[in-house]
Amino acid sequence: MAEPQDTGKAYWKANIRLVAYCLVVWAVVSYGFGLVLRPVLDVIDVGGAGLGFWFAQQGSIYVFLILIFFYAYRMNALDRQFDVQEDE
Amino acid sequence: MDLQTLTYIVVGASFALYIGIAIWARAGSTGEFYAAGRGIHPVANGMATAADWMSAASFISMAGLIAFRGYDASIFLMGWTGGYVLLAMLLAPYLRKFGKFTVPEFIGDRYYSQTARIVAVICLIVASITYVIGQMKGVGVAFSRFLEVDFETGLFAGMGIVFIYAVWGGMKGVTYTQIAQYCVLILAYTIPAIFISLQLTGNPFPQLGLFSGTEDGTPLLVKLDQTVTDLGFKQYTAQSGGTLNLVLYTLSLMIGTAGLPHVIIRFFTVPKVRDARFSAGWALVFIAILYTTAPAVGAMARLNIADTIQPGEVGTVEGSLAYEERPQWFKNWEKTGLLVFEDKNGDGRIQYYNDKNPEFAQKAEAWGWQGNEMVKVDRDIMVLANPEIANLPNWVIALVAAGGLAAALSTAAGLLLAISSSISHDLLKGVFMPKITERQELMAARIAMAGAIGLAGYFGLNPPGFAAQVVALAFGLAASSIFPALMMGIFNKRVNNVGAVAGMLAGLGSTLVYIFWFKGWFFVKGTEMMANTPDNWLFGIAPEAFGAVGAAINFIVAIVVAKATQEPPEHIQRLVEDIRIPKGAGAATGH
Repeated sequence: MAEPQDTGKAYWKANIRLVAYCLVVWAVVSYGFGLVLRPVLDVIDVGGAGLGFWFAQQGSIYVFLILIFFYAYRMNALDRQFDVQEDE
Repeated sequence: MDLQTLTYIVVGASFALYIGIAIWARAGSTGEFYAAGRGIHPVANGMATAADWMSAASFISMAGLIAFRGYDASIFLMGWTGGYVLLAMLLAPYLRKFGKFTVPEFIGDRYYSQTARIVAVICLIVASITYVIGQMKGVGVAFSRFLEVDFETGLFAGMGIVFIYAVWGGMKGVTYTQIAQYCVLILAYTIPAIFISLQLTGNPFPQLGLFSGTEDGTPLLVKLDQTVTDLGFKQYTAQSGGTLNLVLYTLSLMIGTAGLPHVIIRFFTVPKVRDARFSAGWALVFIAILYTTAPAVGAMARLNIADTIQPGEVGTVEGSLAYEERPQWFKNWEKTGLLVFEDKNGDGRIQYYNDKNPEFAQKAEAWGWQGNEMVKVDRDIMVLANPEIANLPNWVIALVAAGGLAAALSTAAGLLLAISSSISHDLLKGVFMPKITERQELMAARIAMAGAIGLAGYFGLNPPGFAAQVVALAFGLAASSIFPALMMGIFNKRVNNVGAVAGMLAGLGSTLVYIFWFKGWFFVKGTEMMANTPDNWLFGIAPEAFGAVGAAINFIVAIVVAKATQEPPEHIQRLVEDIRIPKGAGAATGH
């Protein structure tokens, strides 16, 4: 059994890694697909506008939603894995 | 039944509901007044957060903004939703674990500094007051437009309603009314949008309709681009702002959203840390229903208005609508002064085009057009006139009135709560009179709430000249001072009292100077150091987009200063370690 402090550190490291992955996706769909990479993505037509336009006005918001629920679900699993969850 | 009576009934019924909730949800302790006893279900809190967040501007103005700015307005859609990702992952669960009542309280405790706490209180009050003025104005406007009473009467009625449920119920009363207000506003927003989408594209989902074909098979957006460019306007789906500016603008709105205290305190009301994580997701679900509908409302309304005024080929005489044949909704909104027509060439027909486009203006002159005759097309019409343009029954129009009021009132109440709790809890209990009892503090919170409502009402009646600029200021303050201080407080143990205060002041100072540089010192006209045009902006960054730069300055200054000064004491480092893990969060009410 690891020391409580080590558990805390490992838990925190796992959390930071998860947040970092999520924020990369967050930045890619909004700043990437929606703004900077739009000219590239717009080659693909979505209902008369490009895929970049779709991400800027619709897609990024849907991805944000999936990200938050994915993060919450994964964090709750991490809480249990490292035994730092709240008491019932 | 005529529209006037129907509107009175619908708005009156919604108000009766809010007051009923207030009587039922009376706050008995400071824990209930500040944090609703921490007993709100995460889905319910998500719904309340959505109403708290979506203001009169989101409900009434955003679709119009999109209609006229086209693609460039995507920054508002992404910026005002992407902040919830930051909130869910970087702030909300940890602040819930910390388990106190206000945002400045966390900053004061984490940085063991009353100065830090007071700086945070000042930022909070300035950001929230400026924001609440806009809501009060929205209440007055909605009343005067739909119920045809004086602006002042409307404002007083709105103040009275907020007074009853916010002073009485505190966070508890505000939460349950916000849930009811969310239901009213989302119905009012989506029903007209669904019908308009059906009429134009045959698709009942506006989110899909926006990317569907119209009657003749041409995609809606292609048709819209064609229609507006035929009239000399810029292409709807084209980008016109600089990319760096758009990116920083979006980032500033996201960081600002995550740092706005009235949104953050909503996450103090859920029972557990894991509830705070999910609750942010639910908040975004409820917000996204409106935010993914808005671009469709904007595009479809723009197309409808252009097609109404220019029914035939551009340049031909019959192509322009004869003024005598204008539809009923056109006449209705002319009465409000939000649509204004001026027959410049005296031909009795309406020519609506972009006369600021020199190439097109030349062509128009050859056709005998003497300038754009729609001298005013207010953006707010895009949402407000929607039910009439779609020929929907009167009860839908009445519902839109109630929806606009719900959006303004729910946001106002959330802001007033953030203001009053920081006055009674941070200033009075925290700094000036630490010895007062809970009963006295609860009384002080109620008095502060009443005072804040009075102040907001005063500014609603006598709006300061800078009322239009407040969004830039509120988001700039939240992004450059509050968000970085909170995030470093959780994610960087090494940042100490001196570093945090230096960082907040540097971020805040740089952002304020940049905004004032282009908009005048304290928004006083004539004191601008430079004209507010893209050529003058530093690297093309608009004043509204500077919050992200201010936040970066805050982070850098705080970390560098903290490195050069003493490490935070042992018990603060332990505090940070403690808020990082969910175990041991106080689920019960109170401290």
